[in-house]
Amino acid sequence: MSTNGSNGSEYEHYEAVVVGCGPGGAAAAARLAEHGVETLVLERGVEAGSKNVSGGLIYAEDSAPYTIDDLFDGFREEAAERPVTDYRIHNIAGDKVKTYDLTDLHEHDTDWCDAVLRRQMDSWLEARVHEKTSETGGGVLTNVRVNGLLREDGEIIGVTCDELDPIEADLIVAADGVNSELAREAGLMDWEEPDEWFQGVKAVVDMDPEAVNHRFGIDDDEGVAHLFSGDLFEDVRGGGFLYTNEESLSIGTVFHLDSLVAEQAEPHELLDALLTHPMMAHWIGDGYDEREYAAKLVPDSKKVAHREPYRDRLVLVGDAAGQMQAQGPIIKGMNHAVTAGALAADAFAITRGNADSEAAGRRYAKLLEDSGTMAKLRPKQYDLARTVGERDAVTNVVDRVLESPLGSVALGNSLADRVLERAYNSPFLVSMLPDTRTGYTTVPTVIGEARGKSIRWKNDAEPPSLEERIGELTYDTDVGNPHIELLDDSAEASGAAVYACPVSAEAFGGGCYRTEQVKTNGDEETVVSLDTQPCVECGTCAIVADTAWEHPRGGKGVEYREG
Amino acid sequence: MLTKGVPDFSEGAVSFDEDGHLERGKTPTVMNPNDAFALEAALQTRVRHGGHVSGMSMGPPGYAEVLEGAMESVYTDDSYLLSDRELAASDTWATAITVSSGIEKYREEVADVDLVFAGFKTADGETGQTGPQTCWALEWPIVTHVIALDIDPDERRLRAKRLVEGDVDEIETVETPLPCMVVTDPEFEPTYRKASHRLTHKELRAETQERAADHDEHLTTWDHADLNLDPDYIGLDGSPTIVSSVDPIPKAPSEREATMIDPDDGTAMEPVLEELQPFAGGD
Ligand SMILES: Cc1cc2nc3c(=O)[nH]c(=O)nc-3n(C[C@H](O)[C@H](O)[C@H](O)COP(=O)(O)OP(=O)(O)OC[C@H]3O[C@@H](n4cnc5c(N)ncnc54)[C@H](O)[C@@H]3O)c2cc1C
Ligand code: SF4
Repeated sequence: MSTNGSNGSEYEHYEAVVVGCGPGGAAAAARLAEHGVETLVLERGVEAGSKNVSGGLIYAEDSAPYTIDDLFDGFREEAAERPVTDYRIHNIAGDKVKTYDLTDLHEHDTDWCDAVLRRQMDSWLEARVHEKTSETGGGVLTNVRVNGLLREDGEIIGVTCDELDPIEADLIVAADGVNSELAREAGLMDWEEPDEWFQGVKAVVDMDPEAVNHRFGIDDDEGVAHLFSGDLFEDVRGGGFLYTNEESLSIGTVFHLDSLVAEQAEPHELLDALLTHPMMAHWIGDGYDEREYAAKLVPDSKKVAHREPYRDRLVLVGDAAGQMQAQGPIIKGMNHAVTAGALAADAFAITRGNADSEAAGRRYAKLLEDSGTMAKLRPKQYDLARTVGERDAVTNVVDRVLESPLGSVALGNSLADRVLERAYNSPFLVSMLPDTRTGYTTVPTVIGEARGKSIRWKNDAEPPSLEERIGELTYDTDVGNPHIELLDDSAEASGAAVYACPVSAEAFGGGCYRTEQVKTNGDEETVVSLDTQPCVECGTCAIVADTAWEHPRGGKGVEYREG
Repeated sequence: MLTKGVPDFSEGAVSFDEDGHLERGKTPTVMNPNDAFALEAALQTRVRHGGHVSGMSMGPPGYAEVLEGAMESVYTDDSYLLSDRELAASDTWATAITVSSGIEKYREEVADVDLVFAGFKTADGETGQTGPQTCWALEWPIVTHVIALDIDPDERRLRAKRLVEGDVDEIETVETPLPCMVVTDPEFEPTYRKASHRLTHKELRAETQERAADHDEHLTTWDHADLNLDPDYIGLDGSPTIVSSVDPIPKAPSEREATMIDPDDGTAMEPVLEELQPFAGGD
């Protein structure tokens, strides 16, 4: 560290500042340290992982230039849960379920794939990153929230923080995840369109390791991944997942945000629909014990992965750059964040000393292209398919045909069965699936209906109420300093948050968003009100409501124990 | 090196024998809560300016644990315990004599001292006198009720913000040359606004965890003979204060005006000592 910036300014200066210590930030920082770069990592959580949620399966792709175990020795043994050895999708129509083996799709380009819990994983990474960066004059600081970009004559030269004086750097890596305040401030990403995001909601369910082994028919060093789609979630586009951890299950849902809004669906009820489906009875057993309820937005790389994710000395990696790939039902965000972080570090090392402040950024964008990463994030076939597929008219016609007896028969015959299993397992076809009801709901429902077996197990699971779920979470509330401000309290502008917020519900007064009837001059009007105390910082209302949205100060807000 | 000594006048046991003397052995020893602020101030100084911080305490051998706690929580480098039977049941006066002798011995045998930090009041004695009395014995300037401080290492001066409680609380800024003694207020809050300071803090924490696990290695115990103290002037015999009973104590009045103290200037120091007089007299 030096206290004189390049222009003789008074700012503290580091060669590189990395904002966020999730997989993207950790990879960037580790690689920067390997290049001998003095690197400071700033993380807003009390510990890395305390703010983070994923499903989560972390993939090591054969074709990726960097995987997490390349950068961190011992990752799989020490930071991850069980490897995935069995991969399936369940197509659901009512209590009928048709299951396909998705192992081929899962294993396509996969070196290995492990389930993870983010508090454990990210805090482990944080310790390794601190060791590595300390050696080159930096380190990791937690409880520090970066709140903006430091500029000089309009050019981005560093960061400003709630807890620290401004810091100048030659490279600023925004690895601050979804709803990146830095990407927004730099004008690289906006938070406008719900159809560019998914919302993920998850429950971690406590379970004895022996029970996990027994119920899924696996050994200690094996694990399963189950995906769920169909009419379980009515018309909301998206699906569910179940992954096995060492001593728990991760069960959750991922839905298109625009669809949640359009259907006025309650995220926690969708999760409960999955948890209480008869098919789950055998896996959950009696005595459902939820360790944690969590939620977060996920960007859809097909639509938002930025092709030039840099400005001046700033580069965006991971979710901040929209690099979250939904490959059909398979979700790949963490692995791409790792790749991007490492590539950004390499780009800086290659261009170090270059007088052009955007040299590193340009090189990074080129590395994303050359390594094939960008092609995965923004598949060409999707762009083609989308132009027709997403047009409502087309969708409706296809849906109507599929739902007709003829369509069901066609999809449901045994030839179709094999073709469909193959189709599901084709990465190419899967990446073409347009984001319509057809792919998410109609096809799986028809499959389930026509080919599925009825499951009549009794599921006794009683998931906790929203109130109980909030009650179980740990918060350090920044009293008197709410991080979200409601700018327009009309139902038109912000009413969607009342149901789309995962810790609010129409019928529940204890959540973040509520509606109230107010009488003005004899007229009755519905207004929306906000209390940020139970907020899990998922980012939903930043998109679906009219708010001034920021993350809480360092260390404040929700603290996940599992993630 | 700017910071050298942290006398941690830690107390905590609240058990009295039939003569009204504190029975240290009867209750578990914890760090005097107010000392936590003092120690935070010492740590902040060390993080910002470097240096060596020693913890010092007077009390029975069990106080080693308190010093160990100080090492764990505020990363002292080593510990000095002033302890033997003769020192038992000292009042603030005898304690001050003993502690100042401890500091003198430290300066002679270990290293010179730039700053001594002490807590506002001990949790059991609640006299608020030991600090000033120790300082008086050392003939150093003292700054009390400190809520924030800044050190100019080149000029060897300390600037401090003091909280002066009254009908309306006031904050005054005072300046004094080093060496001096700093008595922190419970309102003291360390601030680390530089990333490099926070990294140093984190590094110290990691280093200290190992050190504290081996606290005995870093502990030096001095008895009255080491300190060259006459038993008549210390311990119970040397304690002029007699505690008749333990009652709620009214808040001590505190000075309201800014006081610039130059300890090199004897006359300037006099009013300060005078101001401290009422406190030294016992509440
Ligand atoms: C329910 C759900 C299921 C998912 N399933 C999977 C899956 O199975 N596989 C997969 O690969 N991906 C999955 N994802 C996506 C995956 O979690 C993300 O893509 C991934 O975490 C992105 O990593 P990142 O490093 O870019 O950001 P993050 O992991 O979000 O890390 C960002 C970090 O920055 C910190 N931060 C944010 N703002 C600031 C600030 N202003 N100052 C300081 N620090 C800040 C945060 O605290 C956080 O530690 C899922 C996501 C969800 C929500
Ligand atoms: S208030 Fe907004 S950010 Fe917080 S949990 Fe609800 S939708 Fe998510």
